[in-house]
Amino acid sequence: MAAPTFEIPKLKDVSVVPAVQPDAMAHIKSFQASAPIQEAVGFPGQLVDNWEQKAIEKMGDLLGKYRSFKVYLDACVHCGACTDKCHYFLGTGDPKNMPVARQELIRSVYRRHFTFAGKYFPKLVGAKDLTKDVLDQWYNYYYQCSECRRCSVFCPYGIDTAEITMAGREILDSIGVGQKYTNEILGKVQRIGNNLGLPGPALTDTLEGLEEDIEADTGVAVRLPLDQKGAEVLLITPSADFFSEPHVESLIGYAKVFHQAGISWTLSSHAAEAGNFGLFIGNYETMRNIALRIRDAALELGVKRIIVGECGHAWRVAYSFWNTLVGIGAGANDPFAIQLQQQLDPRYPAPQHICEFTYDLLQRGVLTIDKSANDHRIVTFHDSCNVSRGSRMGDMPGGQFVIPREIIKMVANNFHDMAAETINESTFCCGGGGGILTDDLIEVRVKGALPRMEALNHVVKDHKVNFMAMICAICKAQFNKVMPFYGFDMSMVGGVHQLVSTAIQLSPKE
Amino acid sequence: MPTIEVGGKNYETDEEGYLINLGEWNEEVGAYLAIEEKVEMTPSHWEVVNFLREYYNDYQIAPAIRVLTKAIGKKLGAEKGNSKYLYELFPYGPAKQACKIAGLPKPTGCI
Repeated sequence: MAAPTFEIPKLKDVSVVPAVQPDAMAHIKSFQASAPIQEAVGFPGQLVDNWEQKAIEKMGDLLGKYRSFKVYLDACVHCGACTDKCHYFLGTGDPKNMPVARQELIRSVYRRHFTFAGKYFPKLVGAKDLTKDVLDQWYNYYYQCSECRRCSVFCPYGIDTAEITMAGREILDSIGVGQKYTNEILGKVQRIGNNLGLPGPALTDTLEGLEEDIEADTGVAVRLPLDQKGAEVLLITPSADFFSEPHVESLIGYAKVFHQAGISWTLSSHAAEAGNFGLFIGNYETMRNIALRIRDAALELGVKRIIVGECGHAWRVAYSFWNTLVGIGAGANDPFAIQLQQQLDPRYPAPQHICEFTYDLLQRGVLTIDKSANDHRIVTFHDSCNVSRGSRMGDMPGGQFVIPREIIKMVANNFHDMAAETINESTFCCGGGGGILTDDLIEVRVKGALPRMEALNHVVKDHKVNFMAMICAICKAQFNKVMPFYGFDMSMVGGVHQLVSTAIQLSPKE
Repeated sequence: MPTIEVGGKNYETDEEGYLINLGEWNEEVGAYLAIEEKVEMTPSHWEVVNFLREYYNDYQIAPAIRVLTKAIGKKLGAEKGNSKYLYELFPYGPAKQACKIAGLPKPTGCI
C-alpha cells in the first residue's frame, strides 16, 4: 500500500464548486467479485452470455416491481439542482459524479427501451443502447455513489437518487458483475453471522477481554453477555464495535449504560451484526435474509426489546424496513413475525436506537454523569446520512438530529455544531458509505471526504474542536483512515457512547 | 490469480496482495510482503505478526484490536500495549497491514 498516487484536495476557507474535469474519475474501478463470492450470494459468477438482453429484462422487472423507480426515471427535468450537492462531485470535479449525470447513465438506456420516443427516435431524446462501454461506466460510477441521498434533499421532484444507484447495482449483480467488497461481506454475514467473519469462540474471547479491561479501568465489574436467554434486551450492533478502535469505546459505553440502568441485556452470536449491506446493492432477498437472523435470535433468546447500536445504515434498515421485512414492529404477518410481535414489550419502540435508550435514562436522571470528565474534549457532531435522511428517533420530527446532540450536551461541557448547510438533513456523507469503504476506492474516499473536512476545519479553527462524535461504524472507519490525509489526527474520531462512557459514574451491581 | 515469487517458489495472492493459502506462509514470505508494504521489520514487528498467526490458528480470525494491544502490552511492555504503538509499527493500520504480512486474509467489514 504505497503512498497515494493522486492529488489530495486542499482545504479552502470558503468551499467552492470545482471546475468540471471530464473523466477525472473514469479510471476508478473497484475490484470485482470472483465467481465463488458472487455465487455464494446467489448471483451469476461472471458476465452472462446474453447480458444486454438480461440487463434490460431485469430493468423491466424492477420497473414493474418498484413504481418509485419508474417515477424517478421519468420525473427528472435536468434542472441541475443536484449537481453541486454531491460530495463526490465536489471532491473530484468529474461531471459524471453530478447526480443527474450519474443517473443519466441508466436513464438514457431506460428511454431507449421503455419509452415511445426512445424506441423510435433515440437520437432525438438522447436514448442509448446498453453497450459494454455503458455497462462499464455503470460499474465505475455506481460504485462512486454512497447512496447518501443528499442530492435528493435538494431535488425539486424529490427523486431518490440512491434508489437509482441501488437499481443499477442490482442489475449489474443479476448479470454477474458484482463488487468484491460488498458481496464478500454479504456471503460472510450469511455464513458466520457478522460482516467480519468473527466466529462465536472469538467473540466470546473478545467480550471477556473487554470485561477485564473495564474492571481494570473502573474497578467495577461490568458484563458484556452473549447468547443469554431470557435477557430483557437484545443489542444488535455492528461487528466493527467488537473489533476496531474507536468503535469498541462505544460498545463499552453501551455496556456501562445497561449496567447502570440495571437492565439485563445480551448480544447474539447468531446475529452479531447490525449492518445490512443488502441495502447497498438494492437486493430485497439478501436484505431480508440478513434481517431474519435478528428475528431468529430474538425468538430464540426470548427478549422483550431490540436495541440497535451505533450503525448508520443499519438504523435505516431497522427503522424503515424491519417491520415489513421480518416483523420487528408491526407489518409482516407470517407466523414467526406474529409470534415476535406478541413476545416484544409494546411499551417500547421496536426497534429502539441506543441513543433513544440512553437519552431517556439521562432525562429521567437514572444515570450519574460527571461532565467534567470530558473537559479535555471540544466536541462536534457528524450526522450520518442514513440516520439523517432515512430514519428518525424519538417522537418528534428531527429527533434523529436532536437526540444525539442532547446526549452529547448532557455528558460533555464543550459542544459546537458545524455550519448549518453541512449538518442535519443537509449533512455531508463521510465519503465511505454505501459500499465504498474499501481500500481499492481510497481515492474516491479521500476526495469525497472533502466537504466534511472543510466544515470540520472551520470549527477546528474557530472553536478548537478536537473530537468529532458520530453514530455510524462506517463513518468511524472512514474518518479514521482519511482524516490523516487532511492533516487531522485519527484520535479526533469517536462515538457518542464513547463520550457517555467517559462521563458515566459506575456503581457496583446491587 | 496474481502470484509472488519468493525464493524460487510461486505463491498465489488476491488482487490486493493477500496470500491465498495461509499454510504456505513462512518468514521469508512475510519478509517479502513487508518489503512490498514498505515496512522495515524489527523484532517488535515479528512479535505482532507471530501473535496474529497464533490467534488466527486458534480462532480463524485476526484478533480484535483490544485483544492485540493487550497481548503486545504483555510481551513488549505496558507502554507499548496501545493502538498508537501498533500504528507506528504498521502505518496503514495494524488490522490490514500486519495481517497481510502475516499471510492472513484481509479483515472485512466496517473497519
